[in-house]
Amino acid sequence: MSTESKQKEPLFSAKNKKLIFNPLSKDNPITVQVLGICSALAVTAKLEPAVVMSISVLAVLSIANVVISLLRNTIPPRIRIIVQLVVIAALVILVDQVLKAFAYDVSKQLSVFVGLIITNCIIMGRLEAFAMGNKPWPSFLDGLGNSFGYAWILIVVAFFRELFGSGSIYGYPVMEWLGIYGVGYKNNGMMILPPMALITVGIIIWVQRSRNSDLIEEN
Amino acid sequence: MQDLVNIFVKSIFIDNMVFAYFLGMCSYLAVSKTVKTSVGLGIAVIFVLGITVPVDFLINRYLLSAGALSWLGPDFANVDLSFLSFIMFIAVIASMVQLVEMVIEKFSPTLYTSLGIFLPLIAVNCAILGGSLFMQEREYETIAQATSFGLGSGVGWFLAIVGIAAIREKIRYSNVPAPLRGLGITFIITGLMGIAFMSFMGIKL
Repeated sequence: MSTESKQKEPLFSAKNKKLIFNPLSKDNPITVQVLGICSALAVTAKLEPAVVMSISVLAVLSIANVVISLLRNTIPPRIRIIVQLVVIAALVILVDQVLKAFAYDVSKQLSVFVGLIITNCIIMGRLEAFAMGNKPWPSFLDGLGNSFGYAWILIVVAFFRELFGSGSIYGYPVMEWLGIYGVGYKNNGMMILPPMALITVGIIIWVQRSRNSDLIEEN
Repeated sequence: MQDLVNIFVKSIFIDNMVFAYFLGMCSYLAVSKTVKTSVGLGIAVIFVLGITVPVDFLINRYLLSAGALSWLGPDFANVDLSFLSFIMFIAVIASMVQLVEMVIEKFSPTLYTSLGIFLPLIAVNCAILGGSLFMQEREYETIAQATSFGLGSGVGWFLAIVGIAAIREKIRYSNVPAPLRGLGITFIITGLMGIAFMSFMGIKL
């Protein structure tokens, strides 16, 4: 055991753990790296599409990272963007067909945003910044970590927007069960509208940066 | 003619790419620090959307959608290639951007120097692919409608980025709470601009 661990880095070494946990907070793809905002905001009016979107991005990002990392020594640098786009587009077509077959309603709600995973900057960004220069296993972990970082922001935003906007959580009408409509509570229709997604993310950024002062920007 | 104007105005104000669908947010947030650069990027986006949407319309109409290949002969009437649309659209966009870049470089060096650095960025701007996908989803009937939708979306995006850049230039002199500076306040301002743009929603065209 000890001889082996000297020759080979263990699968979950400290460095690899960092790859998973850093993107969750101080290197978060949405709030710090500013990648993948477009789709993150548009699918968060309800929890269900947000969860489906996160799973789709998780699948595409981790597989694309592994594929590009396996090919990294054979891709000529001049045409790498086209190669990356082809790999991503092929994976997204697979995800889209699977969604249409097994979750048709959600796939209708997501409409063009499944296709837009292709141009989701989070995927191109991670391929460029990480998978082109690292081995498959760390790239896979980086893909997982970044998609979890993306997913939790989506899920938090969708949770609040659905709770206050529609009075339900994942389609279950919790506000009705609590019976607070009787005392004059009303759903805030504003929360379902697109602009509130931006303001919710703005508030998440505010909370995150006030807890972690390293992230504060000059102006 | 009137429906073309309707589609144009609708895609600028009511279905604004940034405020209603959040498309192209990445470059919108990254490039909106000064008005000058955002005008350059905005014009480039109008240009590329105005070209790629009609081209993708033709590809969708005559190659990809169900029964589109019937002009080849009756045997092809049942072919439906629409699952290939993502990969076709992105290939068209990437090659059009390259082509546009070369044409501008040849014929208008001044425009090239002002747009030059932004053109490659545009290939991965979701507003461009989004324009083509919305065109496919909304099933526009003629190429003229598709073109006016493309140009209108581009103008809407241009308005949005120039507006936020102007606000960000001014907000430099304000005392924003430290953790909100930069990204956070930009998100919130965009949200408020979105609420303002929603007042166009009631207009029926």
